[in-house]
Amino acid sequence: MPAKNRRTRALLRKTAKIIVIIVVAVIPAIPIWIMYAWLIAQSFSARVIQGILPSGFTLSNWRFLWTRVSTVYEAGLSIWPYVANTLYLALGVAGLVVLVSSMAGYALSRMEFKGRMKMMEFIIALHAFPSVILLIALFILLNKMGLYGRGYVTLTGIMIVKAGLEIPMASWIIKGFFDNIPWDLEWAALVDGCSRWKVWRYIILPLVLPGIGAVSIFSFLSGWSEFLLVYTYVSNEKLYTLPVLIYYLISDLESMPQWGLLTAMGLFYTLPVLIFFSTSQKLLLRIYVGGVKG
Amino acid sequence: MVRVRLENVSKYFGRVAAVIDLNIHVRDGEFVALLGPSGCGKTTTLLMIAGIYKPSRGRIFFDDEDVTDLPPKDRNVGMVFQSYALYPHMTVYDNIAFPLKLKKTPKSEIDRKVREVARLLQIEELLDRKPGQLSGGQQQRVALGRALAKEPDVLLLDEPLSNLDAKLRVYMRAELKKLQKELGVTTIYVTHDQVEAMTMADRIAVMNKGRLQQFDAPEVLYNRPANLFVAGFIGSPPMNFVEGSVVERNGEYFFEAGGFKVRLPAELGRIGAERGEVVLGVRPEDLEIYRRDGLGGVEASIYVVEPLGRDSIINVKVDGTVLKILAPAEIRVEPGQTVRIRFKPSRIHLFDKKTGRRLTYS
Ligand SMILES: Nc1ncnc2c1ncn2[C@@H]1O[C@H](COP(=O)(O)OP(=O)(O)OP(=O)(O)O)[C@@H](O)[C@H]1O
Ligand SMILES: [Mg+2]
Repeated sequence: MPAKNRRTRALLRKTAKIIVIIVVAVIPAIPIWIMYAWLIAQSFSARVIQGILPSGFTLSNWRFLWTRVSTVYEAGLSIWPYVANTLYLALGVAGLVVLVSSMAGYALSRMEFKGRMKMMEFIIALHAFPSVILLIALFILLNKMGLYGRGYVTLTGIMIVKAGLEIPMASWIIKGFFDNIPWDLEWAALVDGCSRWKVWRYIILPLVLPGIGAVSIFSFLSGWSEFLLVYTYVSNEKLYTLPVLIYYLISDLESMPQWGLLTAMGLFYTLPVLIFFSTSQKLLLRIYVGGVKG
Repeated sequence: MVRVRLENVSKYFGRVAAVIDLNIHVRDGEFVALLGPSGCGKTTTLLMIAGIYKPSRGRIFFDDEDVTDLPPKDRNVGMVFQSYALYPHMTVYDNIAFPLKLKKTPKSEIDRKVREVARLLQIEELLDRKPGQLSGGQQQRVALGRALAKEPDVLLLDEPLSNLDAKLRVYMRAELKKLQKELGVTTIYVTHDQVEAMTMADRIAVMNKGRLQQFDAPEVLYNRPANLFVAGFIGSPPMNFVEGSVVERNGEYFFEAGGFKVRLPAELGRIGAERGEVVLGVRPEDLEIYRRDGLGGVEASIYVVEPLGRDSIINVKVDGTVLKILAPAEIRVEPGQTVRIRFKPSRIHLFDKKTGRRLTYS
C-alpha cells in the first residue's frame, strides 16, 4: 500500500513538472511557432482562402530569387543588390567588432591600468542605452563627418555606429575568454620554445576562438537585422538593406497585396539567423557557461 | 647538461622585493631543492632561470654562457608549473610533442620521443585524451613528460607534487628522484615541504623573504643549521628554542634561563659566553626523559603526550617553557608527572639572539 502510494505521488510530481514546463516554456512559444508555420505554408501556396488559409503548392512566391519581380515599390525589383547591401553592413559590423573587441578584451583582461574596474562598469552601462536616443546626435555627427547621403559611405557610417554599439558587450564576452587563460599557460609555451607571436597563434588564439566565433555571429546577426539606423539615415533607395526593403513592401500591401511574395522574402531574410542558431548552439551556450575547459 | 649559476640576482616587482641578492651554483646533473615558506620568492627565482622574468639586478649563467638576456625559447629548459599549465585544447600527445614541433624535429622522431617518454612515465594509454579528462596525478606526469621530451639542459619543477594526495606524493617522490638520476639532468626543484626537499635533493637552498638562508646538503642543514630560520624550518617536529645566556662557573659553562640550567661542551660554552644573550636549540630527538632523580639534567613536568605509533611526542614544561621530546612509544608517562630531561651535549645548538646566526667553533 505505501509503496503504491509513493509511486502515485512520484507520478503526480512528474506530471506537475511537465505541466509547469508546458505552461512556462511551451505555451508562450506557440503563437510564435504558429506564425512561422503560417509564413512557411503561405510562402509555398498559390492562393489564400479568407486571407488566412493557404492552399495549392507553388514555388512562384520564391521567384524573386531568380527573376525580377514587379512591385509597386519598384517595377523590376531584383533582391540581390539589397542582399549585397545587407551583407556589406553585417559583415562589416562583424569584422569591426571582432577586430576591436578582441584587442579590447585582451587589454581588459591582461593589462593592469588605472580605472580598469570603472571602465568595465561603464562599458556595461553603455550597453544598456537604447540606440534610439542616439539618433539625433548620430545624425549630426554623421553629417559633420560627411558620412551622410553619400551612397556607400553612409552605409559605412552606419556600420561604424552599429559596431560601436556592439563592441562594449563583445569586449566583455571576449574578456571572459581571456580571463580563463592563466599566465602559466603563456609562460609554459614560451619555455617550450614559442616566440610571443607563436604563443598567440598556437595557444591564445585557439582558446579564445570560440569567443571570437560567437561574437562575430552575434554582431553579424545584429548588423543583418539592423533596421532603425538604415531607415533613418539612408535616403538613397538603392542602398536599402533587406529589413528596410521589406518594410516598404509591407507599406505597399494595401494597393497591391502580394502576401506570398512577402512571406517568402521574409523567410529568406530570416535564413541566416536560423542557420546560425541551429549550427552553433553549442558555441553560443559556452558564452554563458563560460570557460576554456578542454 | 649544464651548470646553473646565479650571481647576485635580485627581482623587484615595483616596491616588493621578491628575491634579494641570490647566489646559487648548481652543479652539472645535480638535484637542488629551493625550499622556503609561501611567498619567499621560489617561483620568482625559477621563472628568472627559465627566462620569463628578467632579474632586476645580477646575472644568470648556464655553464659559462651569460643567459640573462636570452629569451626562454633559446635556453632549452624544461619546466613543470605549479598548475601544470597543460594546453587544454591539445591532446596529451600533442602537449608532449609541442616543444619538439617548435624545434622542427622530424615527425617520425617526434613520435618516437613522445612514445618513449610516455612509456617512461606510464601514460601511454592517455595519449589521445585531453588534459581536462585526466586526474591530478596523470596531469602531473604529462606535464613532466612535456618537460622531458625536449631533452632539456635544465629541468625546473615548481611544486609538482603539491596537488597530489599524500600516498601518490610519497610514491612520486621516489619515482622523480630515480628518474632524475637516470637522466642525469640538472634539476631545480621548488617546494615548501621540507620532507620533500630532504628526501629528494642532493643539496637544498633554503630561502626566506627573498633571501638565501643556507645552501647545503640535507644532513648539513639538519645537523648544522646556519641560523634560527633554517633550524626552525627543517625537521618535524621542529627544533626547541630557549632564550637565555651562557655563564661560566669554575671553568664549566652553563646555559641558563630562569630555572633552566644546562651544561654545555667547553668550546661551545666559551663562544656562547662571549655573546651573552643567546638562543639554545635542541631537536626533539636529542632530549632524553628520565623518571628517576640523581642523573643530573633538568626537572620538568609532563604537559601533553601525542602518540604517533612508533614514537610519541612528549610535551614537557620546564619553568614555563614547553619543549617537545621525541621518545619511543614504550615510555609511559602521565600528564602532570614530574620527570627529568637530559640534553645530549654534542647535539646542542646555540644561536646569536640578535642576528639569529649559529655560533660555531672550529
Ligand atoms: N607578478 C608579480 N607582481 C607583484 N608581486 C609579485 C609578482 N610575483 C610575485 N610577487 C611577489 O613576490 C613574492 C615572491 O613570490 P613567489 O611567487 O616567488 O613566491 P613563492 O615562494 O613561489 O610562494 P608559493 O610557495 O606561495 O608559491 C611574493 O611576495 C609575491 O607577492
Ligand atoms: Mg610559487
